[in-house]
Amino acid sequence: MTAAIPKQTPAGVTANSLTPPRIPTNALLLRRILTAFIRDEVRKVGIERVVVGLSGGVDSSVSALLAAEALGAGNVLGIELPYKTSSAESLAHAEAVAAVGGFDTLQIEITAQIDAYFERFPDADNMRRGNKMARERMTILYDHSARWQALVLGTSNKTELLLGYGTLHGDMASALNPIGDLYKAQVWALAAEIGVPAAVVGKQPSADLWVGQTDEAELGFSYAEVDALLYAMVDLRYSHDELCAAGFAAPFVARVSDMVRRSQFKRRLPVIAKVSNRTIDRDFRYARDWGR
Amino acid sequence: MSPRLGDVGANLALYEEQLRAARDLCADLVVFPELSLTGYFLKDMVSTVALRLDSPEISRLRELSRQTALVAGLVEETPDFKFYNSAVYFEAGEIRHVHRKVYLPTYGLFDEGRYFARGDRIRSFPSKFGQLALLICEDLWHPSTIYLAALDHAVAVLCPSSSPLRGISDGFPQDDNARYWESLNRTYAQTFSLFIAYANRVGFEDGVGFWGGSEIIDPSGRTLAKAQYYERDLIVAEVNLKRARQRRVVSPMLRDEDIDLTINELMRIRERLRPGAAEPAPRALKRAAPAARRGSR
Repeated sequence: MTAAIPKQTPAGVTANSLTPPRIPTNALLLRRILTAFIRDEVRKVGIERVVVGLSGGVDSSVSALLAAEALGAGNVLGIELPYKTSSAESLAHAEAVAAVGGFDTLQIEITAQIDAYFERFPDADNMRRGNKMARERMTILYDHSARWQALVLGTSNKTELLLGYGTLHGDMASALNPIGDLYKAQVWALAAEIGVPAAVVGKQPSADLWVGQTDEAELGFSYAEVDALLYAMVDLRYSHDELCAAGFAAPFVARVSDMVRRSQFKRRLPVIAKVSNRTIDRDFRYARDWGR
Repeated sequence: MSPRLGDVGANLALYEEQLRAARDLCADLVVFPELSLTGYFLKDMVSTVALRLDSPEISRLRELSRQTALVAGLVEETPDFKFYNSAVYFEAGEIRHVHRKVYLPTYGLFDEGRYFARGDRIRSFPSKFGQLALLICEDLWHPSTIYLAALDHAVAVLCPSSSPLRGISDGFPQDDNARYWESLNRTYAQTFSLFIAYANRVGFEDGVGFWGGSEIIDPSGRTLAKAQYYERDLIVAEVNLKRARQRRVVSPMLRDEDIDLTINELMRIRERLRPGAAEPAPRALKRAAPAARRGSR
């Protein structure tokens, strides 16, 4: 005798389900975990301070406020790095966030060095210019981390990390990142919980690379749509068919899967040619926190 | 506690500090978390932090146990150079029991099967408090381990753990993994009518946090003591192992456990799971196969 075994489906998936799974936020718990993370991982390096690039956007605001709560406002320095086309509103928002967190800011305009460089390459497109600016900003953050004996706090969220929507060695660089495992929706929820001004939480996300740019217009989909898809695809491991059954359009699923796959290189160390018996990170394997 | 990754000396100092604090609270037995003498994500450090049971650090723990019995979590190196994720029970200046973790998680963020040899026994052991068993973290996710410990007369299970926090749901003060563990501990305590002392670490290693929340559960599933989540904490409860008697009088499920039934059914299932068992005559086929392969070479 054989018992009938129902067809296995992942948790949350029922046949013909059209409701995508909802991303949990639990901002109270995230706040508790992430402040503990910053405190623990910064101090075990023997350091008390962090520097963070403040763009006036929600991601850097949340990261900076978490750090101020974890380490004390006196141990956080927000650095504003505008280019001449950056909006004045972004700077005002960055200052408003610093006021909430009670930490100091420093403004360093990057226009001179960016323009000096592109004088030699006037045909450079927006992507090259944007990447250069992102990397210019990160070199400045690292310089100030050395000057102030601080670590560079990362501000990339999980949505943009998965999509590859960031600049390698630019905004994607950091010593530690408290929000890299949080989808944008979770960052927004945490922002409200931790006191980021409503004007910052409510505005259209933008890398502020050129006037009028918004992330969602550039990507061609909304964060709400792609967060729901990525959560089901990455966290819950829905198959392509299950994603479609949950109501995601097949071309959207295909496009986002492709973005995740093609940007995998950005989430890895450089490829090292193996010749020895113990190659760094392949079979010479230690945690970063080795001995800490 | 929150050990320093790969620094046995520093962690031994933490042990001594915690033992002093526990003594001030009149504790007779202290359970330290899994691998708390070394840290958890050791990777290639496993062989460099490993301790032989005749090492000076172990002698120090034996000395410390003259005052307070303790369970240490460490990497054990055997004389034939195998490395185990072990929990060692010290009492009255002696090692009374060593449990080598049987179920080594090697999936997701875990890599234990890559670095550790696998333990091959579940045994209870006598202590001055009564009959105890040690099980380490993932061991408990396999109900057979605590089942065997209970049938082997354990009245309390001491479980050192390094359980990472993961999974966020709305409306809870702790992560999903913490909640799963808490339901396991209560269910097991009630099902097998025994005490559970669960010691989980805190702190972060390369961004992976550990949720703390250690607890002591009585055989009716009642929480006797509960540590804070995500913070260092030391909890104490007064435990009288004879209290398991009350529970076993009321719910004599262990008494009624049919070991022969279990053995017979397990043997039948093992036979069915044997490769090629679906064939009509597996043994005959198995014998014939190598000959056929030899012929074809």
